[in-house]
Amino acid sequence: MVKWTDKERSTINAVWDKVDIDEIGPQVLARVLIVYPWTERYFGSFGDIFTVTAVLNNPKVAAHGKVVLKELGKAVKNMDNIKGTYASLSQLHNEKLHVDPDSFRLLADCITISVACKLRSALDPQVQATWQKFLSAVVEAMSSQYY
Amino acid sequence: MISKREKELIAEIWESLTPVAEDIGSDALLRMFASFPGTKTYFSHLDISPGSSHLRSHGKKIVLAIAEGAKDISQLTVSLAPLQTLHAYQLRIDPTNFKLFSQCILVTLACHMGEDFTPIAHAAMDKYLSAFAAVLAEKYR
Ligand code: HEM
Ligand code: HEM
Repeated sequence: MVKWTDKERSTINAVWDKVDIDEIGPQVLARVLIVYPWTERYFGSFGDIFTVTAVLNNPKVAAHGKVVLKELGKAVKNMDNIKGTYASLSQLHNEKLHVDPDSFRLLADCITISVACKLRSALDPQVQATWQKFLSAVVEAMSSQYY
Repeated sequence: MISKREKELIAEIWESLTPVAEDIGSDALLRMFASFPGTKTYFSHLDISPGSSHLRSHGKKIVLAIAEGAKDISQLTVSLAPLQTLHAYQLRIDPTNFKLFSQCILVTLACHMGEDFTPIAHAAMDKYLSAFAAVLAEKYR
């Protein structure tokens, strides 16, 4: 399990405080689908997501992006038990949704980019490093129920 | 595949960054060192502290190389041949580091460009940096 210093905890909370879920959520999922188009395979029920314009205007993409980011907030609140927090969600993504766990990392990278576009110089190298350490713990937890 | 429109966009972005090459390059390097401390091992002969002249001049070289390559992406294998040889035969950088560095360059661009680093620009740049890294890694074995 990851151990967090007080400094890391406050850095992660400070970044999270600046994240507007309703704004960043839709952007994150849109970036995943646009930058890594093979991830479209999981979202067959979302309708047209086959062009950049379609992705950016698809209400289901926007709504699901908010769901994912809201879920990320649970990890911020449960930093000492991220694995437990996501155990059943990991199982769902493996057994029901059949999501390749490598795509968790792609999503994490898109979260960092969307946050960087928003925070700009506030996401300095040290803050980025801590934030990515947090996202790595999330990715690991989301991958933990794949056997 | 990188489309014609994407190639134009990539060249445009890097051209606009050339005047601030030192800032962009050193920021990307500092991000790599902070997030992936193992990468510092390759630079033990240089002073890589924030603002140092080594850091700034190395950052500038990197950005100028990326901007130069962006002028004609179809010719990357030719234009990068000297850098390919340097990284593969002399420096022997573990090629996984290219991916880590590419990610840090993307974050640098996002912080620098803000909302202008659109999903379209992001996708184009990710493809270009992957292509660039693939060329640098090609000669390894
Ligand atoms: C940090 C990583 C992720 C988190 C926290 C997360 C969270 C969630 C949540 C909370 C749900 C709703 C579950 C439910 O309805 O009970 C969900 C559904 C889903 N997720 Fe994820 N997810 C993550 C990554 C991914 C990735 C990378 C993909 C694929 C590229 C993916 C694909 C899906 C799909 C296809 C659904 C079902 C959507 C639907 O039909 O409504 N997830 N996810
Ligand atoms: C997009 C990726 C990269 C680009 C565009 C790039 C570009 C360059 C350039 C232009 C030089 C200077 C060559 C010269 O002086 O003739 C250089 C040198 C060097 N590169 Fe890279 N590089 C990249 C990735 C990396 C990575 C990932 C590492 C290690 C983690 C690395 C380590 C070095 C080192 C140690 C030197 C020699 C520095 C010195 O002694 O001055 N490079 N690179």
